[in-house]
Parts: sequence; structure tokens; C-alpha cells
Amino acid sequence: MKDVLDLYRFVRKAIKKVITNNVSMTRKSLTARILKTFAFTALLTVTFMTAFSQEIPTDEANISEGKTLFNANCKTCHSVQNKLVGPALKDVYDRAPSVEWIISFVKNSQKVIKGGDEYAVALYKEYNNTEMTPFDSFSDEEILDILAYIKNETDNPEVVAEAVSETSEDAQADSAIPSTYLNAIVIGLIIVLALIFVVLVLITTVLTKYVNNKDLDKEDKEFVNQSFSIGATLSSKPFIFLVVFLFSAIMFKVVINGLFSIGIQKNYQPTQPIAFSHQIHAGQYEIDCNYCHTGVMKSKNANIPSPNICMNCHSSITKGTNTGETEISKIYDAIENNKPIEWVRIHNLPDLSYFNHSQHVNVGGVECQTCHGPIEEMDVVKQHSMLTMGWCVDCHRNTELNTKDNKYYDKLVELHKEDSDKALTVEDNGGLECAKCHY
Amino acid sequence: MKDNKKTYWKGIEQLSNDAAFIKNAEREFPESVTEETSESSRRDFLKMMGFSVAAASLAACEAPVRKAIPYLNKPVDVDPGVANHYASTYINGGDYCSVLVKTREGRPIKVNGNNLSPVTNGGTSAQVEASVLSLYDEARLRGPKSKGENATWDQIDDSIISELDKIAANGGNIRIVSNTVLSPSTFKSIEDFKTKYPTTEHVMYDQVSMSGSAIANERSFGIKALPSYDFSKAEVIVGVGADFLSTWGSPIENTYQYAQTRKLKDKKMSRHFQFESNMTLTGSNADYRSMIKPSEEGAVIANIYNILAQKAGISSVSAQKIEKETISKAANDLWKAKGKSLVVAGSNDPSIQVMVNAINDLLDNYGSTIDLSTAVNYRKGDEAIMDAFINDAASGNVAAVIFFNANPVYDYYQGEKLVGALSKVGLKISTASVEDETATLVDYIAPDNHYLESWNDASPKKGQYSLAQPTISPIFKTRQAQSSFLIWSDNDDDYFKYLQNNWKTMAAGNFQAFWDKTLHDGVFENPSEVESVTLTFVGDVAAEASAINSNYKSGGDFELMIYEKSSVGNGSQGNNPLLHELADPITKATWDNYITMSVADAGFRLDDAKTKMANVTVGGKTLSLPIMVQPGQANGTIGIALGYGRTKAGKVGDNVGKNIYPLVGKVNGTQCLRVSNGVSVEVTEEVYQLAQTQTQNTFMGRETVIQEATLEEYKKDEGAGRFHPHVATWQSESGQVKPEELTMWQGHEYNGHHWGLNIDLNACNGCSACVVACNVENNIPVVGKQEVIMRREMTWLRIDRYYSSASNDVSDYEEMEKAAENPEVVFQPMMCQHCNNAPCETVCPVAATTHSTEGLNMMAYNRCIGTRYCANNCPYKVRRFNWFKYHDNDQFADVNPQMNTEVGKMVLNPDVTVRSRGVMEKCSFCVQRIQEGKLEAKKERRELKDGEVTTACAAACTAGALTFGDMNDKNSAITKLMKIEDGETGKEIKIMKNKRAYHVLEEIGVRPNVFYMTKIRNKA
Repeated sequence: MKDVLDLYRFVRKAIKKVITNNVSMTRKSLTARILKTFAFTALLTVTFMTAFSQEIPTDEANISEGKTLFNANCKTCHSVQNKLVGPALKDVYDRAPSVEWIISFVKNSQKVIKGGDEYAVALYKEYNNTEMTPFDSFSDEEILDILAYIKNETDNPEVVAEAVSETSEDAQADSAIPSTYLNAIVIGLIIVLALIFVVLVLITTVLTKYVNNKDLDKEDKEFVNQSFSIGATLSSKPFIFLVVFLFSAIMFKVVINGLFSIGIQKNYQPTQPIAFSHQIHAGQYEIDCNYCHTGVMKSKNANIPSPNICMNCHSSITKGTNTGETEISKIYDAIENNKPIEWVRIHNLPDLSYFNHSQHVNVGGVECQTCHGPIEEMDVVKQHSMLTMGWCVDCHRNTELNTKDNKYYDKLVELHKEDSDKALTVEDNGGLECAKCHY
Repeated sequence: MKDNKKTYWKGIEQLSNDAAFIKNAEREFPESVTEETSESSRRDFLKMMGFSVAAASLAACEAPVRKAIPYLNKPVDVDPGVANHYASTYINGGDYCSVLVKTREGRPIKVNGNNLSPVTNGGTSAQVEASVLSLYDEARLRGPKSKGENATWDQIDDSIISELDKIAANGGNIRIVSNTVLSPSTFKSIEDFKTKYPTTEHVMYDQVSMSGSAIANERSFGIKALPSYDFSKAEVIVGVGADFLSTWGSPIENTYQYAQTRKLKDKKMSRHFQFESNMTLTGSNADYRSMIKPSEEGAVIANIYNILAQKAGISSVSAQKIEKETISKAANDLWKAKGKSLVVAGSNDPSIQVMVNAINDLLDNYGSTIDLSTAVNYRKGDEAIMDAFINDAASGNVAAVIFFNANPVYDYYQGEKLVGALSKVGLKISTASVEDETATLVDYIAPDNHYLESWNDASPKKGQYSLAQPTISPIFKTRQAQSSFLIWSDNDDDYFKYLQNNWKTMAAGNFQAFWDKTLHDGVFENPSEVESVTLTFVGDVAAEASAINSNYKSGGDFELMIYEKSSVGNGSQGNNPLLHELADPITKATWDNYITMSVADAGFRLDDAKTKMANVTVGGKTLSLPIMVQPGQANGTIGIALGYGRTKAGKVGDNVGKNIYPLVGKVNGTQCLRVSNGVSVEVTEEVYQLAQTQTQNTFMGRETVIQEATLEEYKKDEGAGRFHPHVATWQSESGQVKPEELTMWQGHEYNGHHWGLNIDLNACNGCSACVVACNVENNIPVVGKQEVIMRREMTWLRIDRYYSSASNDVSDYEEMEKAAENPEVVFQPMMCQHCNNAPCETVCPVAATTHSTEGLNMMAYNRCIGTRYCANNCPYKVRRFNWFKYHDNDQFADVNPQMNTEVGKMVLNPDVTVRSRGVMEKCSFCVQRIQEGKLEAKKERRELKDGEVTTACAAACTAGALTFGDMNDKNSAITKLMKIEDGETGKEIKIMKNKRAYHVLEEIGVRPNVFYMTKIRNKA
């Protein structure tokens, strides 16, 4: 008789155990899937990129050299496909009188214009007499490299776009597959669990019947035929305790979370006086962040650009992609009325903490996106990071100090190597100390 | 064990060991200091709390929208967040300092010394450091005024020009009244004004005149000028009533030169004798200080002359005999150091100065320590001309007067007479930037810019020039006074162009290049201007001596010595709270002037800074002032400081102390700050509370605080005077070890930098420029007189002034009292010692104060909950607690304008947090400067060089007494100074070869990173 009772108890326990085990298994398989997916995506991306560049007809070295030069010198005013401050450079080698002409124009456009070259004069007038910066320092080969890059970009525009979009779609699709799989797995598991539960309930019923048919003493009978009353359960002390405990625990957590969120403005996205789009400037036209945020390499402040910086381009670009003339004209108004633009500050560090952009960007080599998020995709900027002390400290704990080619750190690196074989993190250089940020 | 048995004491009450004092000695705060009793009840508190919690939670729901407003057109060289430095020149009357102005976002926030200046050598003074706050003075006029009403510049220019034209047409006399003018271009603009209005005369006077010296030089050598001094070449210095380190002559220059002779280079130092009535900063630094009455100054000099004359074999003069052994000692030493000595006297009496010249001539000092060919321009005022002007005005002979940044109604002894005379002057104009005592009486006020808003030039001495450039555009609608002169004399040039044209004559070669370089450096030297002159002494010594004998006859109970404080000075920066709260280096009193009186004369001692009021009567004028019982004050003399008692300075400075300019008189034809006759003092029973910063925190009986030796002892043993404490332990066989060998801590390892500060007690003269520099750099609030009385001053850096007794017997207080009449003084700058085993760190319950990997003791304000355990556990008592919210608090608006007014807040250093109520604060070793210096090096991918990072106090120190640097850097100045042998090991204890270096309270084993160097006195 005892055996049967033990079996009964075992089955009840088993129901519980099965549930717990399944849950932990699910977690494990999930992590594994994610890792696999990542590796797969990365592999796929790399393969696509390489395959694509191998198809280019002209010398790859020249094109990449040209790309570097183009990005460093030309990109501010020119794009291959679009008209910016200067003309779109697509087909320029076909449009312009000759390649020699292009070379001399790039080196010193004013010389060519003053020389009375018809094409040059027409171009100059078309662009509101905007002078192109002379690039005397370029050698002919360098300009040819840039042209090689432009030619490559002209010849393969769709391919580039397609390749990029394909890659990204693939990546998306790739990451979508496991989520479907995951759902299936989870549903499967739930079904299995339900089946096990049903089976166990059946076993219990059968066992109960079987046991009842036997001779039982009073105690055992009571145990077997426990009646399940909802009312009694609800009014039982353990239940009330459980409910009260859960309620207080949840409330406590809610309050704590609420308190911790005070002053945190993550995702703060105020409306700005000018509907300036980073997505267009930094994303579409790939203007370097440095070009407008001039302080980022030398000051604690990255600096919101002053209208005179806007005017470098917007003296000739008077029409915007999204809003036409309405928003750009606000810059002109500000300058004409001598009234500065009052932007709404998004990232508000409290006064008690000192933050220096140049320390992070110039010295540390941290990308803007690390803290500001995918700014090049934001039409309206929002606060991407928490900007809490925990957030700062986490990064300082995990980030390796950028000591490359910096003599300041030489002695420190040497001493660190003697003591430890781990990477030299910001923390190792006192990056968690109070007086690094609070004084 | 006890190498040095001298006892140091901080105040009379400590020395006398009153029962009341002993009772309070162990307490940080006196019992009398209590919180105001609150009238609200517990229920009110609960109501308030309930409301505040609700309000706070509501307020927390939504963060306020903050704006970020960029420049409309960003200047090329201004980057928000990056400081710009501009070389400029501090000019205040005849006071001069070449400075480097630090600006942030276009706001000047700090004035530093300019190292390129051969005159001031990067030095500053308390007044120079504080001057940046005067720029943001709320009392400054917002624009011109016409007959008491606000006006526009065009309006007052039209009225002034038409009235001047009328006066000039009628041949009426026009007078321009100013203090000393240092600027050649300003002189030229005044000359141009004179050309248009030929009846104009320029009258210069000085608050504290040196015209007597100029007259003396004329009588002695035929040159009416003031000479340059070179204290650095002097081996023996004798000062008679001249506070040359603080106020006399060119104090910044003097301090720098004097310090060079006190740094024990090649184990040599100068010997300094001082004869004086008041205990001055200079006297407190002297090796031999003798107390004399003001009337004896001439006699002391004559006595010295007679001894020297005897040695030189020339005839002596008749002189009142003064029985002081220091006189013959000084004379003998002077004679031995012939050609390398210097005698200076503070008196403005030509006769006394001729005698001084005679002595220096006898000692061949001309050409070595005195250079009359390089005449200085610091004091060019002549009170004879000023008196003549006042008489002319009183008799109705002056038709128009322009007060060019001068305030004679307040700061001239005949101010009262001038008030009456002004009613007879038709046209009265002032260029004062504040509606001061004089400006309130004029018809038109054409307010001048602050010097930080102005173009200007200065010629402190022959062949030395410097430029002043604006570091901010005028905050208010003010205009440079020089521009006003140009406009009134129909010159269309703006002053900048005018100035540049004026400088064109000085340029050799390309003017633009010359101009750019001079503007960058701030200074320009033209040695060719100095023509060396051969001097032949032609003074009539016998006649001068008899004049001295007849002019100075002591009469009455007391003699009065009027002096200037190094903080408030002549009162021209009277609305500057930084200067008012700066404790006087000697008396340690703030926010007051008072009668300094010897213990014997006063007949009582200060009890917890409580004193009695007294009525001083001088020549029929009676003033009621508190008594400051001052050791070192000559018996039968009293001292009172100028510069107080302003009535129209502004909210900060009005009615602080009493104005004693009216007590100044004239002797022998020149201004005299000494009153020998007819001074009576009546002590009343009225109790008065002085606001002194030093009566708490006793170190009495601890000889580890100050360690000193004489030069002879030092020459024999570099470690002379050092106290080497030992700690008893079972761990050592001998039963005792050095404190540094015993510790319960793991110890720190400094792989990067290890910051340290060395303070040379021998070079420090207590001038307190560092204190103001620290206040400005670190946004330290000014708390006002009442809070100072409550011992709640906030300065991170204080200068402890210890009097020492010549008595070696600590137990015999009777003997100590006698010696205290003329005590030796030592100054000890005291700030956070950045202990490696910091006692404060271990008691903080919230880890708000912790240790850095660079040796700093850090303080995180936002973490501090204000338990004050750290302050209680600090053996140096350098932590200051914010008892109130000092910013945006009406209660402190009048004393702390830099944190309470819109304009005043512009002076705050944006890199340093403004602390709120309830948190502890203390010296951070200027961590913001350290971080900035490191970042610059990192950005340039190079190692940090020594000297790039320094603290505000070390930068401000004219004497170079403070050396800050990286003790891990074997090439740093601090490493070399202290001869640190294991610089690169990164250990927290450094092995030093310089035996002078010591830690204060070494025996407690807290291992500070601040080191002191023993004080050495050149005494036989």
C-alpha cells in the first residue's frame, strides 16, 4: 500500500519537475540559436561583400585609394549620385571636356575659370559663383584614383544598392528564421508539457481509483480523497500570505523602478525649433560628425553647430529633402535677425558630473554611435543611452584603454603588462574613481 | 626626542591658558555657537514635510526643458568648453601687475600672473587675484548718468562738450583729478584734451603717497623719481616702517625678489632687520624685529647712519638716542655687506628719506640693490598739487573738474573740505564705474570700463611696457575713460587705434609682427631707454637730521600708525567680498578694521574673539572702533587700517569698518600716516565680537607642526630643527619604530602619477594671494561676517599664523607672556594633506571620500550625506562643511554675490561644481587642472611635462613657496627639490634626501602627500 502512495507522491512531484526542466532547456537552446544565427549572418555578410568587390573591372587598389581621398576631401560638397553644394559627380569624366581638364579644375578651379574656359564659367555661374576649394596638393595620380572611384560608383550604382539591401534583407531573414523556429519549439514544448500533465492527471485518477478500492485506514483515505475547495484555498493562510507577498514584492519593484527612472530621459525626443534631420545629413550624405560638431575632438562640449557652419552648404542648398524651403529658411532668419537658434537640449548630464567629449572621442577613439546610438538613422534625434552612472561605469569597466600610439600611456602599459596578462581597461587607469568625473 | 622645545600658540587666549580657553580647546566649535532656535513646532515640520514630499514627487515627474543655444557666428578661436588665455595688465591707480586672464565662453574667470613679465615674474597678490570679481560687481553703473538721471552717451557727450567749450572760452580752470596714471597712452589722451582745453591741468594724488621719497631723491641726487629696488641682491635688508612685502612700493616685485634670498640657495639667505610699530607682514618675516614708536623712525635711521658714518670716518648727525641693540647689530651687518645691502623706510617724510638715501649711498647700494636710473612710476601723486586744487576749488577758481577714476571725497584726507569746495565748481564729471562717494556729487558720470574690458598700456618703470587688452566686451553700457577724453577733445579715433598709433614709435621693423608679439606676451622691454646715471649724494644730512628731531615729538598716551591691509588695501576695491573675507595675515580678522594695541596697553586679552570697543580721538575727530589685542604692537602705539568705512561702494562694502582717511595728516609738507601727537584712546566696556578665522583648532604643545632652526644650525646640519617622532611597538627590537614603518593598511601603489605639494615655510611670507586664488578657482563661497564668527568660513586653504615664544620653558606661562610682546611669527599654509592613510576615508559611512590611484584624496559631493565624521576625524581640520546653501539664497546675496546675482555668477569656474547645503568639501589639489593637463597631453599623444599641471595656489604664489608636481616623475621640480630618490617606483612613501622636508603631525602616520620645509631664521 505504501508503495502505491509513494508512487502517487512521486507522480505529483514529477509534474512539477517536468515543467521546471523544460523551461531551463528552452533557455539554453535559445542562447545557442542566437549565437549560431549571429555567426551565420556575419559569414553571409562577409561573403557578399567580397564577392561583390571581386567583380569590379578596374584596379581595386586605385578605387579604394580614391574612395579614401574622396571621403576625406570631396564628400563635404560632392556626392556621386546627388547634387550637394557642388554637382553630382556621376559621369563627370564623360561630361567634362577632358580628364586633363578635370585635373586642372580640381587643382585650381579659379585659374580655369579666370582662363575663360566656357564649360568652367558656365558651371561656376550655375552654382551661384560658389568657389571650389583648390586642391593643389593632389597629384595627378590621386585625382585619377578619385575618378576611378567615381567611375566605379557610376557604373555600379544599382549593384551597390542591391547588394547592400540584399545583405541587409538576408541578415533580417536570417534572424527571422530562428524566431519562427523558436516559436515552434516553444509551442511544441508546451504541447509536450500539456500531454505530460494530462497523462499524469490520468495516472493520478487511475491510481486514486485503484487505491480507493483497497482497504485503507482512515488517515490514508483522507489523504487520497482530498477534496479541492476553492473557497478554502482562497481563505487559507498560506494563500493569503502568498498573495500579500507577491503584491508587496511587485509593488516594491514598481516603486524602486519608478525611483530609479527619475531623471532618466532615455528616448527623450523633443521637437526642435528646426526640423533638422541627422538621417539626411549624417546618413544619406554621410557628412562627418566632426564637420558640424567642431568641438568634439578638442573640447568637453561637442558643440551644436553655429548657423555660420550651416551656411557653408546652405548658402547654395536652399531646398531640403523633407521640408522644402520652410526649415532651411529658419537658418536664414536667424542670421538676418541676429537671433540665435534655441535648440532643445537632449542630453542633460547633471552639473555634478564632468564629461569631456575630447577625452572619449579623440583620446579614447570611441565612436559617436556608441553613446548616441544610430544617429545617422534618426530623423529626429532622441536620447539613446541611459546616461546614468551605472551606464558610464559599465563601459569604463569593460572598455580597453586606447593606448595605441599614445606616448602618455607607454609607462602605464608597460607596468600593467608586468602585473597582469589581461587587457588594460579604463578601470585599471582609475576610470571608476570619483574624482575622474565629480569635482 | 624633543629637538625643538619652542611652543607655538595661535592667540593670546591660548598663551594665557585661561580656564575658559582650556575648556573649549578640545572642541571644534565653541559652545556659544548655537543654531538659531526655530520657532516652528513639530507639527509644522510634519506639515512641511508632507508638502515637500508631495511637491518633490510632482516636480520629479517632468524634467525641465533646457535650451542649448549655439553662437550665431562662432568666433574662430573660441570653442565652448575650452579656456582661452589673454595677456593683459592689472592697473588700479599705481598698482601694477602683468597678468594672464583665463576666459571661458568669453567670460574672464581667473586672473593669473604672467611669467613673461620681468617686473612681476608671474607673481600676483590677493588684490590682483580678487580683481576678476570686481568686473562682475552689481554696484557698477549700467550706463552714463546726467544730474542723477540715466542718460545716453550722446546726451552727456553733447552737454559736456558744450559746457567745456563755454568754460574754455571764458578761460575757466579745468582740472582732471586722478590717482597715479601708469599708461603712456592715457597721458597722451589727457595731453590732447589739454590741447583742446588749454586751461586744463592734470592733478594726481595717491591714497598712500610716496611723494616724500621723490622729493628726497631730488634733494639727494637731483632726480625727482622713485628708484627700482632689487631685494634679490641684498644680503642684509633693513626695513624701517616699510611693509614692502605687502603694501609699500611694488609689493609683488619685492616679494618675488625677497623670496629669492630666502630659499637657501647654496645654503645662503639674507638677513632681515625690521623696525616698526605695528606687526606687519614684512615684520613678521624679519629675522630681527624691533618695536619702535612711529615718531622714532627717523631717529632709528639717524642712529644707523651715525654708526655707519663712524665706520666710514665721516661726521655724524645729531639724533635722539634709541636704546636698541638691534640698531648697532643692523648697522654692523650692513657695513659688512657693503654694496649688497638695502635700507628702506616707509615714511613719506623727505627728511627721513634723504637720511635713508645717505645710508644707502654710504653702503654703495646704488647701482646694485637700488637703481635710480630705472625710475618707477607706481606713485606719481603729489599732495601739494592736490591741496592746491582743493584750495582753488574752495575759493571758486575751478570751473570744471573731471574725476578720472579717483574718489578723493572718500580717500583723500581733505575729503570733507572737497565736498564743500565742489559746490563752487560749475561742471563736475566723474568717470567712476560705481556711483561712489565722489561720483554722487557730480553732474555727469561717464562710467569707465573695468580693466578687463579695456584696451590700455602701462609703463610700470622706465623701459618696461605692458599692454592690457579686453577679455570681454563691456557688460554694461560703459565706455573707456580714455575714449571719453578723446571724444570730448573731438578726436574721432577709438582708443584702440589711438593706442596702437602711440606704440608705433616703439616698434623696430614690422609693426604688425611687433604688435602681435607684444599683445601675446603682454609685456615689452626696451632696455635702451634706461640711461645709467652717475649719482653723487648732495643731500644735507645734518639739516635733515635736525628737521627730523624737530618734526617728531611724541606726545600723549598713544601714537597712531595708519596702515594698509594687504587685502582691502586703500579701499578702491571696497565692494569685493573676496577681499573683505580674506583673513588678515597677522590678525586673522575679517570684515573689519580695528585698533591694534599691545597686550600691556589694552589690559585685557581677546576671549573667543570678543573684545571691547574704544573711542579714538585724533585732532578733534573721534572714531569708535574695536580693539585688536596684537602681540608685537609696540607699547604706546596703536594701528588702524585704511580702506574701510566706505559708504557708497555697494552692498558688500558699505559700512564695513570705519573710514580713517580723515585722520591722515601732513608732516614736513608731505602726507604722513603717522600721528605722534594728540592721540587718545578711551576703552569702553562695550563688548564687540571680531570675526577671526583663527582661534579654533589648537596645535599647542605639538612640536611636530612647525619645525625650525637657525641658519647656523642649518649650515651644520641640513636636518636641523627636524623632529623625528617614534612610535612604540613590540615588533621592533628597540621597542620603537619610525611612524612610517608601522601601518595597518595595505598601502597604495601609484603606477601613473603621484601628485605632491611642497611648501617651503621659509619662502612663504603669508601674503594670502593663494587663498584668494583658491577661492576663485574652486567656486568657494564667501559666507559673511556672521558666519565667520560662527567658524563657518569655507576657505579650503588657510594660512595658519603661529606666534612662537622665545621662552624654552613650556611650563612657565609667565615667562612666555613676557616674550610674547614681540613674538617670532611663522606662516603655515594648511590645506587637505591628501594623506595616503587618510583618516577621513575610513570613517565615511557612504564612501564619499576615497583615495585615487594618483595619490589624491577625492571628495564626491553628490555622494556626501553630511555626517561630518570626516571633519571630526581629520587631524588637520581642513574639511569645510556647507552649513547653508550659499548660492541662490537671499540670505547671502549681499556677501556672496558671485553665486547670487546674474552678473556675479559669470565669474564661476564652470569646471567646478557649486556645492549645495549639507555636504563636506575640501582642497581637491585642483583636480580639474590635473585632469585638464593630462587630457592635453593625451590629446597630443605625449607624456605629461612637469609644470603643465599646477594648483591655483602654487600658480598664484609670487614667492614660489609652493611646488606642485608629480613625484613619480624624476625630472619634476618637486622631485628635484625634495631630492626624491625612488621617484619611479610608484610607492606611496618616497625616500627623500632633502632633510628639510617633513610632514606635519608625522607621528600619527597618515602619510600625507603635502610636505613642508623647515623654517630657517638667519639669527645668530
